[in-house]
Amino acid sequence: MTIATEGHAPPARPARPGGAGGRRGGAPRLPARLRRLGLPYLLLLPAVLLELLVHLVPMLIGIMMSFKELTQFYIRDWGSAPWRGLENYRVSIDLNAPVGQDLLNSFLVTCAFSLLAVGLCWLLGTTAAIFMQEDFRGRGLLRAVFLTPYALPVYAAVITWAFMFQRDNGMVNHVLHDQLGLTGERPFWLLGGNSFAALAVVAVWKTWPFAFLIVMAALQNIPRELYEAASIDGAGIWQQIRKITLPSLRPINQVLVLVLFLWTFNDFNTPYLLFGEAAPASANLISVHIYQSSFVTWNFGTGSAMSVLLLLFLLVVTAAYLLATSRGRKTADV
Amino acid sequence: MSSPASARRSPSAPPRSFLWARRVFLTLLAGFVLLPVYVMVSSSLKPLQDVSGRFRWLPSGLTIRPYFDIWQTVPLARYFANSLIVAGAATVCSVAIAVFAAYAVSRYRFPGKRIFTVTVLSTQMFPGILFLLPLFLIYVNIGNATGIALYGSRGGLILTYLTFSLPFSIWMLIGYFESIPRALDEAAAVDGSGPVGTLFRIVIPAAIPGIVAVAVYAFMTAWGEVLFASIMTNDTTRTLSVGLQGYATQNDVYWNQVMAASLVVSVPVVAGFLLLQRYLVTGLTAGAVK
Amino acid sequence: MHRMRAAAAAVALTALAATAACGGGTPTGGGAGDESPKTLTYWASNQGPSIEADKEILTPELKKFEQQTGIKVELEVVPWADLLNRILAATTSGQGPDVLNIGNTWSASLQATGALLPWDAQNFAKIGGRDRFVESALASAGAPGKDPAAVPLYSMAYALYYNKKMFADAGIGKPPATWDELVAAGKTLSKDGKWALGVEGSNLSNNIHQVFVLAKQHGADFFDASGEPDFTSDGAVAAVKQYVGFMAEHKIVAPGNAEYAQNQSLQDFANDKTAMILWQTAATTLASHGMKPDEWGIAPVPVPSGTPGTGQNVNSMVAGINMAVFKNTDNLDGALRFVKFMTSDEEQKILNKTYGSIPPVKSAQQDPAFDSPDLAVLRDTLATSAAPLPQVPAESQFETAVGTAVKELFADAAAGRPITTELVRERLTKAQQQMP
Repeated sequence: MTIATEGHAPPARPARPGGAGGRRGGAPRLPARLRRLGLPYLLLLPAVLLELLVHLVPMLIGIMMSFKELTQFYIRDWGSAPWRGLENYRVSIDLNAPVGQDLLNSFLVTCAFSLLAVGLCWLLGTTAAIFMQEDFRGRGLLRAVFLTPYALPVYAAVITWAFMFQRDNGMVNHVLHDQLGLTGERPFWLLGGNSFAALAVVAVWKTWPFAFLIVMAALQNIPRELYEAASIDGAGIWQQIRKITLPSLRPINQVLVLVLFLWTFNDFNTPYLLFGEAAPASANLISVHIYQSSFVTWNFGTGSAMSVLLLLFLLVVTAAYLLATSRGRKTADV
Repeated sequence: MSSPASARRSPSAPPRSFLWARRVFLTLLAGFVLLPVYVMVSSSLKPLQDVSGRFRWLPSGLTIRPYFDIWQTVPLARYFANSLIVAGAATVCSVAIAVFAAYAVSRYRFPGKRIFTVTVLSTQMFPGILFLLPLFLIYVNIGNATGIALYGSRGGLILTYLTFSLPFSIWMLIGYFESIPRALDEAAAVDGSGPVGTLFRIVIPAAIPGIVAVAVYAFMTAWGEVLFASIMTNDTTRTLSVGLQGYATQNDVYWNQVMAASLVVSVPVVAGFLLLQRYLVTGLTAGAVK
Repeated sequence: MHRMRAAAAAVALTALAATAACGGGTPTGGGAGDESPKTLTYWASNQGPSIEADKEILTPELKKFEQQTGIKVELEVVPWADLLNRILAATTSGQGPDVLNIGNTWSASLQATGALLPWDAQNFAKIGGRDRFVESALASAGAPGKDPAAVPLYSMAYALYYNKKMFADAGIGKPPATWDELVAAGKTLSKDGKWALGVEGSNLSNNIHQVFVLAKQHGADFFDASGEPDFTSDGAVAAVKQYVGFMAEHKIVAPGNAEYAQNQSLQDFANDKTAMILWQTAATTLASHGMKPDEWGIAPVPVPSGTPGTGQNVNSMVAGINMAVFKNTDNLDGALRFVKFMTSDEEQKILNKTYGSIPPVKSAQQDPAFDSPDLAVLRDTLATSAAPLPQVPAESQFETAVGTAVKELFADAAAGRPITTELVRERLTKAQQQMP
């Protein structure tokens, strides 16, 4: 079970289905071979076309935009917008000016937020999935309950949380302040330092069911015999989880954690709906920051430059992550 | 919550520590999940002037009026239908395309495979903001050149969303497909099954939980997207995720109606989850394979 | 090898199905470019209690227009959350409506894109001439010295709404006319969990509207004559400090208001929790929160001293909606006729009456319907003491930068930190550095 980059594909493949023809008939004829060679490409074709249309070409245009001066004076005719060279990038990373400082602050906040949110989502999702691997009364219902946050429209979910986080009338302060008396003064959740916690709670609430869903599906593919054998060897349930369940989940986890990270990092809806156009500094996620820099202030060139910087960062992180996790797994597999 | 005889993990009953840990953890988690849902339900049953008051666990003055008003304030039924069409079509297309692509990657060696998988994954990194306007521009230009209306139509949205969910679907399905023993493929090939036959007869049935998980993911991706929908739809094609914002007007936020509408539109989706979850837990090990 | 073919067919079919199902969706209301000259696409803004209500209000009027001219108007009411982005997308692609509503504060920004038809003398002549419109409303339709990018459609102004019962209980006979009176009344009113004044501390636009007027009263502007940002003048700093000071210094605003951005201050007002709000056309909202029209009073927004007027006695921004023609329209003639129809006396009276706004058309304003005490306050404010927000291309950046600064200051005030002149100046300096 690997993520299929050729580098770490299993060394020996028993038989490829496409090779069946060769075994049955004599030497395969050339056109047939060509067709066989072509088959994987044919299978990939729709995906490739769509990715080109919706992701890659627009991204190239986006990169081009980052070198132009695209303010409201030029957006009507992009072609005629003057080139700015690296000026947009210089403004974005100039740490002596407010724009660069804000971007850096936003970047750091986003990193901290992503690590925290992904960690919690993964932890909650995996734990819940493992606990629910065995059947018990009410499991089906509970599973549906757990998937509910995922089914609610984002807008509704986030404004419900915003409603609960209100300082004077919200439920959170009603519990913390009025009922438990934990805080002396009613804290603000949507302003100031606490907004980071509020954002993390909402993001985890909204995203962990996805981790749950994916891990739950992955657990189904662990052969029962493994558990039976371990049980006969006298391994207790905690040991089985540690020795069998978690290692078997590793390939899925590799993708899951990465994708959770990328999403959280790029998440726009949650902070935007929670805080509006101007998020508090401690919860100013980079996607909202970029949105503000491009759509709200109508400077698509600078906004694109920031996006490209973000993209480069994520590419580096992803490459490092894949290298690290793949190497780790190889040694583990040996 | 005793462990019945059909326990999957171990034939012997789990120890008390495990049962207690499970009970406590799942109860707390259910509380966390359901708290906002409770707030939604109770707020949706209040008259507007009561919603904004100080929070109370037990609301006073219940009314079901919001559940009737929601249909008048915004064309909720139309938005709902749009969302179902868009998310449904995007899911079917996305899963079909991802199954083929993942099958090719997991069962064949061919030049360019690595580039494909890495590029596909890297598209997950694109900040939506970066290509929102370019994509819009491309759709408009395609529309002007060919007459196929992508901008403003459900079709354009379907195309966009299905591509959004493709990368992750492909990667997940590769993972699930790889975990299906090759011996099964071989056996099918010996029985005279071609590549496509093998895919449909062996691989897909064995990967049902994964495919269902991916389908749910693809559906939810399309169901919840806001940013692209907000500029690519018009009044007739607007989807729920954007349309719900219609309850917040310039001068008023109809909190009770937003909550009521969200609950109403979520019920079918949750019901769908309930039906589907059966397939999430059948699969390779539960099937005929031994 | 038939399996190969089967495979190919299956893939091709899926691809086809995908592109067909996904690509060939129902073509719907496009807009300029591919419409026949007998139709117009109109993007209306959300003015009524809901989008559906707007449709019900506008559709009969559009039918009237169709009967008169034979031109069918396809209406789309665009929610405020999407309107500006939809306009931006339309501007970049050239694919947009023929006629559209814009918030009047966007006028100069959108004017700079060149996407909107300039209203020169010739175009104005086709809708009855420039003189028909109130001058202050016209001044908020584009940068000074340029042909307006739009024509005024609905006008609104700020007023002081006060809760009659709370005033009576506190023994205050009449609404405050100056800020000193407001603060004095506020100290009497703010007690027992009730507060004198409500603000929307996290609503950037609203913050801007308020500090803009206060700055005017301090003789300052946020932009100098050449259109360059000037946020840190003494007057501007004093204005921001004064506004935040209602919470920080005078403590007549509840600290919780710092996070308000969804008109919660109106809800508090309707629920007798705050005694005053500064708002534009709040009547329908207050009613929907269960307040009866005779429970609130309406008065001009206070001034430093004397009575509202021009110069330092300005007491409102010119709020309102403008109507613009998209330059790419292929039915310019029809679009102009439609604007003429919508700005005609008759339609102006009908629509402004329905929406509780004031007609920016002079002759329509004289209708007795706009003589009610509430509307008379708004009308007189517009006529004598309202000034347009800065009509500069960077207006939206200004709203974001300064609006955010005010929001952060409110957050500080709510947390109990003192709001000093230095702190205000520091925040405004930072805001100014963010301007292009």
